[in-house]
Amino acid sequence: MNEKTVKLKIKRRDKPDTKTYWQEFVIPYQERLNVIACLQAIQADPTTHLGETVNPVTWDCNCLEETCGSCTMLINGKVRQACTALIDSLEQPVVLEPMSKFPVIRDLQVDRSRMFENLKKVKAWVEIDGTHDIGEGPVMSDQVRAQRYALSECMSCGCCLEACPQFSLTNNFMGASTFSQVRLFNLHPSGSMLQEERLDAVMGEGGITDCGNAQVCVEVCPKSIPLTESIADIGRQTTLQTLKNIFMK
Amino acid sequence: MPKRKKKIIVIGGGLTGLSLAMKICERNAEVVIVSYQSLKRSHSVCAQGGINAAIDARNEGDSPENHFYDTIKGGDFLAHQPPVRDMCHQAPEIIHLLDRMGVAFNRTGEGHLEFRRFGGTLYSRTAFAGATTGQQLVYALDEQVRRFQHDGAVETLEWHEYLGAVIDTQGVCRGAVLQDLRTNTVFTLAGDAVVLATGGPGQVYVRSTNSTVNTGAAATMAYLQGAKYGNGEFIQIHPTAIPGPDKLRLMSESARGEGGRLWVPRKAGDARAPKLIPDSERNYFLEDKFPLFGNLVPRDVASREIHDIVYNQNLGIAGEPMVYLDLTHKSSQFLEDRLGGIIDIYKKFTGDDPKDVPMKIFPAVHYSMGGLWTDYEADGNGMIEHGSPRNQATSIPGLYAGGEADYQYHGANRLGANSLLSCIYTGLMMCRGIFTYIDNQDKSVDDIPSTTFGDARNYWEGRLKEIKAMKGNENPYQLHKELGDIMMGNVLIVRDNKKLEKTIQKIDDIKIRFKDVKCVDTSDWANPAPSFINQLYCMIELSRVIAKSAIMRDEFRGAHYKPEFDLKQPSDFDPHEYINYLEKKNYGEVPENTFPKGHLDYMKQFEANNQNWLKSTIAEYKNDKPEISYEPVDTSIVTPRPRKYD
Repeated sequence: MNEKTVKLKIKRRDKPDTKTYWQEFVIPYQERLNVIACLQAIQADPTTHLGETVNPVTWDCNCLEETCGSCTMLINGKVRQACTALIDSLEQPVVLEPMSKFPVIRDLQVDRSRMFENLKKVKAWVEIDGTHDIGEGPVMSDQVRAQRYALSECMSCGCCLEACPQFSLTNNFMGASTFSQVRLFNLHPSGSMLQEERLDAVMGEGGITDCGNAQVCVEVCPKSIPLTESIADIGRQTTLQTLKNIFMK
Repeated sequence: MPKRKKKIIVIGGGLTGLSLAMKICERNAEVVIVSYQSLKRSHSVCAQGGINAAIDARNEGDSPENHFYDTIKGGDFLAHQPPVRDMCHQAPEIIHLLDRMGVAFNRTGEGHLEFRRFGGTLYSRTAFAGATTGQQLVYALDEQVRRFQHDGAVETLEWHEYLGAVIDTQGVCRGAVLQDLRTNTVFTLAGDAVVLATGGPGQVYVRSTNSTVNTGAAATMAYLQGAKYGNGEFIQIHPTAIPGPDKLRLMSESARGEGGRLWVPRKAGDARAPKLIPDSERNYFLEDKFPLFGNLVPRDVASREIHDIVYNQNLGIAGEPMVYLDLTHKSSQFLEDRLGGIIDIYKKFTGDDPKDVPMKIFPAVHYSMGGLWTDYEADGNGMIEHGSPRNQATSIPGLYAGGEADYQYHGANRLGANSLLSCIYTGLMMCRGIFTYIDNQDKSVDDIPSTTFGDARNYWEGRLKEIKAMKGNENPYQLHKELGDIMMGNVLIVRDNKKLEKTIQKIDDIKIRFKDVKCVDTSDWANPAPSFINQLYCMIELSRVIAKSAIMRDEFRGAHYKPEFDLKQPSDFDPHEYINYLEKKNYGEVPENTFPKGHLDYMKQFEANNQNWLKSTIAEYKNDKPEISYEPVDTSIVTPRPRKYD
């Protein structure tokens, strides 16, 4: 046996309300292996480094090219997607843990539905009149398009929330990804018609004023979305909105 | 016709499912979206390059009719023509709708939609949002559905798996059997109609450009329950993907649409760095062979050429099965703006920046033109009667299919940027017909005895229990890999009957070994193993359909290439000669000297081959086997003729 191997240490949990435990696995090395391929190797031979046959590790994944956002987890303590985590660039043992700011379902799977609920709260959509044919969309400069595109690449992976010191399992802070979506839709000519409702939604509890300005969100975003710019911009927009609320209502 | 609101169960949260759900909500009916995962994460997000619509923004003289012709020709005339024509005519409306929803489509200097070139056409017809168009479209539709969710108009069952249809004693689909993927409980849901918007089956090959959910299990289950499956042998191999141990990651056709060039060193085994190889020592094989379409020949053509360069001419980069996809002549700003998404993917997985060094790529399994057989009703003017209950109906009444899960828009080869279109088009279009279907029912689902539902649930509870009790020696994930290797070996770009015979035997072996599978996880919470084993069973059955359909079709059409049956089109042939020939034939025997030497012979062979094989393959599950029959193709609008791209 010459073979190079990969060592993995994985934090496991059978059910949401049971205790966590650790298991270690050793799998054969291959070139260009990523963390997903390691987890797949464990599925095909679910044996720990002690030779014990166990249930295969469960995790979420889908696209395997960092576009769907599913496979987010903590890899060597850092939140990121498992598909783009290449073994050649990771220290071993590779330590895998589920995200800590979302309820664990099983092993590396977590429930991120809170992110989608927040998108509802801020009405992250353009309120179109209907799907029938009523002609072209609004004319828009390519500069504004480029600005919107950068924001619309958010795949709701949750990295920014995991890294955020303000966002926790128990509070209701909305977090950077939500604020950035408010900016995205306020930038659209027809989307901006709901601007006030969106701003009101982020001015309440768990809203923009709870942001501690730690700026780690932008560092961990796999899509390099300018999250701190979004936070600053929404901060400005809400300030104006506050003034408007005072004088206009 | 029920007095309450209509209730439609939509399986799948990709482009088709979301488009349809939105329409249903708008028409004030109830919809339940069932998704294997969170809605935003469906495989549709992987589409990169764009979506076609002949808006003719660049004043090139494009039209929906041109789009229709290119699509039909791209599909080697195997698609029924009225549905394709209707789709192409609806495309501009669909793009404007998506634009109104706020999709960040790239724009022109005046702020209108920008379009780019794509394969199989000479027009700039592809609207795009950087190189993540699929993702951007899913998000826009997801946002609209979330809006209806917010208003309480739509129910979503995320983390639920579709196991099968509930079929009553009359053979009508009355609902769906679902499994909650967290609690692992099985239950039934009654509905007036069920729609499978469940995508393609790339996982049958294991390594492909597809996502891990793309097992094709839902469509296969419909086939196992009696639905017809059409054109299974037509699997698209995309010419440009990054080879990898776990997935073959797509490098969009838009790279070539924006000027990317395919080449290999002229000298076999030349191991110099690509930048050190001067232009005169590079073989731009597509540009040389196809001066008119160049790097933008359709995918089936490009993949065959790459295969030929690598395996027949042994000209792969440094002797490896790879060729260059070169963008380095384009400015960095241009590439970031229009192709940023795929450049990032390439960088993250290979460490190289395509802005500086040419990408190394190879073809990969990408899309299934085949899928569940679905019906349509033409309106007599070569378009579709949108209110017809036949549209997108499978052969099981009450069960509908759309998007990649159906078989009817792409013929023998899909053109790039037509998949997003067919997904959204079918989703939007089928709504009215489904409503008519429900209105026309004598007996509603409310009249169906509860035992029909109870029996379906019991069957699936029993089936999963049976799977959980499997204690054999085969690891299901390992067996899946072996199935993929078999399919990759022989049901790919080049097909050969002798090899296909062996493939079928090998699949049968896998089917036998399946009985000896071990359920590697028997826990009762969020346990994916029994569900995967059931999907594996479906993948084995679907691979039998694909392989059998392939061995039986003795011709070369689109993505189905059997060199043995290549009619070898003369290099100086002009497809118009064939139309000419057909006209002349009406007036009696055509003299040999009417056409250049050898052409008449070729045309006669082409005509005879079409008589034999211009048919849809239909697979039906009978006696534990796929039984193959053929149906005529509706070619009422344009005359099928030889394809040519040079």
